[in-house]
Amino acid sequence: MATQMMRNALAGVSIHGISKSFDSAPILNGISLDIRDGEFLTLLGPSGCGKSTLLRIIAGLEQQDCGTIEVAGVKVDRLRPKQRDVAMVFQSYALYPHMTVSENMALPLKMRRLSAWQRLPVIGALLPKTCAVSAEIKTEVVRTAKALGIDHLLAHKPGQLSGGQRQRVAVGRAMVRHPAVFLMDEPLSNLDAKLRVQMRGEIKELHRRLGVTFIYVTHDQTEAMTMSDRIAVMLNGQLAQVASPRQIYACPADRRVAELIGSPKINLLEATARSEGLLTVAGSALAVDNKLDSGSSVTLGIRPESLQPAEWAGLNTLTGRLRYVEHVGADLFAHVDVPGSSEPLVARLPVELASNFQSDQIVHLQIRREQVLLFSADGRRVSEGDARVTPLRSYAQ
Amino acid sequence: MTLPMKILAGAVRHAILLTTGSLVLAPFVWMVSLSLKPPAELFSSSFTLLPQHWFAVENYARALTEAPLPRYMLNGVIVCAAILLLQIMICAPAAYALAKVRFAGRQVMFGFVLIGLLIPHQVLALPLFILCYGLGIFNTYAALIFPFVVSPFGIFLFRQFFMSIPDDIVHAARLDGLSELSIVWRIMLPMSLPAVLAFSIVSVVSHWNDLFWPLLVVRSQEFMPPSLGIVTFANAEAGNDYGPLMAGATVVVAPLVISFLAAQRWFIEGLTAGSIK
Ligand SMILES: Nc1ncnc2c1ncn2[C@@H]1O[C@H](COP(=O)(O)OP(=O)(O)O)[C@@H](O)[C@H]1O
Ligand SMILES: [Mg+2]
Repeated sequence: MATQMMRNALAGVSIHGISKSFDSAPILNGISLDIRDGEFLTLLGPSGCGKSTLLRIIAGLEQQDCGTIEVAGVKVDRLRPKQRDVAMVFQSYALYPHMTVSENMALPLKMRRLSAWQRLPVIGALLPKTCAVSAEIKTEVVRTAKALGIDHLLAHKPGQLSGGQRQRVAVGRAMVRHPAVFLMDEPLSNLDAKLRVQMRGEIKELHRRLGVTFIYVTHDQTEAMTMSDRIAVMLNGQLAQVASPRQIYACPADRRVAELIGSPKINLLEATARSEGLLTVAGSALAVDNKLDSGSSVTLGIRPESLQPAEWAGLNTLTGRLRYVEHVGADLFAHVDVPGSSEPLVARLPVELASNFQSDQIVHLQIRREQVLLFSADGRRVSEGDARVTPLRSYAQ
Repeated sequence: MTLPMKILAGAVRHAILLTTGSLVLAPFVWMVSLSLKPPAELFSSSFTLLPQHWFAVENYARALTEAPLPRYMLNGVIVCAAILLLQIMICAPAAYALAKVRFAGRQVMFGFVLIGLLIPHQVLALPLFILCYGLGIFNTYAALIFPFVVSPFGIFLFRQFFMSIPDDIVHAARLDGLSELSIVWRIMLPMSLPAVLAFSIVSVVSHWNDLFWPLLVVRSQEFMPPSLGIVTFANAEAGNDYGPLMAGATVVVAPLVISFLAAQRWFIEGLTAGSIK
């Protein structure tokens, strides 16, 4: 237990109140986050929200305006990048084009284990121990390359490799020196869709095998949902929510998070509270468990799978005109125009019903009312009056 | 454009290029031609490119023996190599700082480099002359080398090239444990070989051919670079004997022409790379 505690203290990352502006434009705004040892944490957010900037600050490549970073329980704000025990995989891979794969992967080890004299081209080879250390480095590079399945490429230059191979080399270069923390900045965004799915699995597997902390940046919600232990959703330079993928999906803290996660996007409908526990939305009545002031307006969030076809109109049932259906193999997505909404409502339906629907017909969709999300006018989620939808805190364990 | 039009346009283009090309080349061809002729034919009224009586051996032998031409060439090599090496050692880190390191006053510094680029070297001749006098380095290699070790052109060229290298490469290098200077030598410079080559050619050519500055600071033959050597040869030995003089001049420019032809492709790539991006 004590050693476990020690390890936790050693390899976690703590971020406290980090802020950063570029030319007086605030990019990061008081970010605080505790990342546990061995955790796979994903920073998810739209492009330009400051994810890469935060990652560079953690790595020491950028200086924060205020706030502190702790790696392994030690403040690293004054340490240079190489002194922090972190490695980074860049979106562009950032391999050195004039070096072979083997030289690329050996460089971090050479810089750490050989002295400046030993690294000199001719003189270095004559110094004692240079050969032994070089041989040791070589063995480790080959071992890492084998683990990644790139050992046959060691003599190639990066220019001769495919995107997927370069990606592996970049991971290999980060891996050889056994860092306590891996930082990955959208490592899959330059790959084609098929390779992306494959590499997703491989990175996850790598994390499982190494058991070290991963901080993974992406703007792709599927990557975030499939790979992470926890997701930190970043919006406008702030963390909107930090929670497990399941929880982010089921109980988003606010409307923007709900919109960011899930495909197709969550349906948002304006609704008005009528009396305690009753809303009117799109011309229909909906019973909810929340205690809302009568007359207050809220936004109703309904995931496509929270709708099911119904025979008749009634309580908790929306009625609209079917625009079209999308058949995507396993699912059927019905796009339905409902009163009071400019965008069609999207419902996920069982494929067997495909023949039942024609464009322009009137359809009734029943809402699974326990899955409905309510957002107040300021965008925050209205937590339920009763305990059926568990509040955020109790999920964290 | 129709086909005949295309051919016509091509012909016009080639005609212009051929004319300007031959205008530039003519003196060189004339020099080589003269270096092959006996004295009697030099000023003969009939114009021929090749001599009636070959006199090459005599001319070149005199050029190489009567003046210490090999000595001049060796001086040229020493001076040009030292200048180039020092220039790269100073320009590359300076250019790296201007391209990739954020610090207060970076733009102002770069402004100074641009101003340095605009000032012709002759303007600085007098202050530099006095400085050399103060340092007491007249008639040494140092006097030939020292005024040129900081090259605004080199800083500018390298900076443009370094700017086109992604920041992520620099970041990766910092994480891999390279110091800022190691990044310059191990990453930036090897990635900028075309620029290094282009700069080397410009630097070597201009200092190999420089006559103005050596004329001011060097008196003894021991330190004379080729161009100055040829001039003293012309005054002292050759007199009106232009055959050996032209032979000497040919020998002096030959290394430059050969090395330029060998490295032509990189040269053009290096000078245009910064401007394309
Ligand atoms: N070095 C810099 N100088 C000025 N602005 C920057 C710099 N780096 C990033 N930015 C700005 O910060 C914002 C966030 O950038 P970034 O962290 O790369 O976003 P993300 O990785 O989430 O797409 C962008 O608007 C970008 O223009
Ligand atoms: Mg980014």
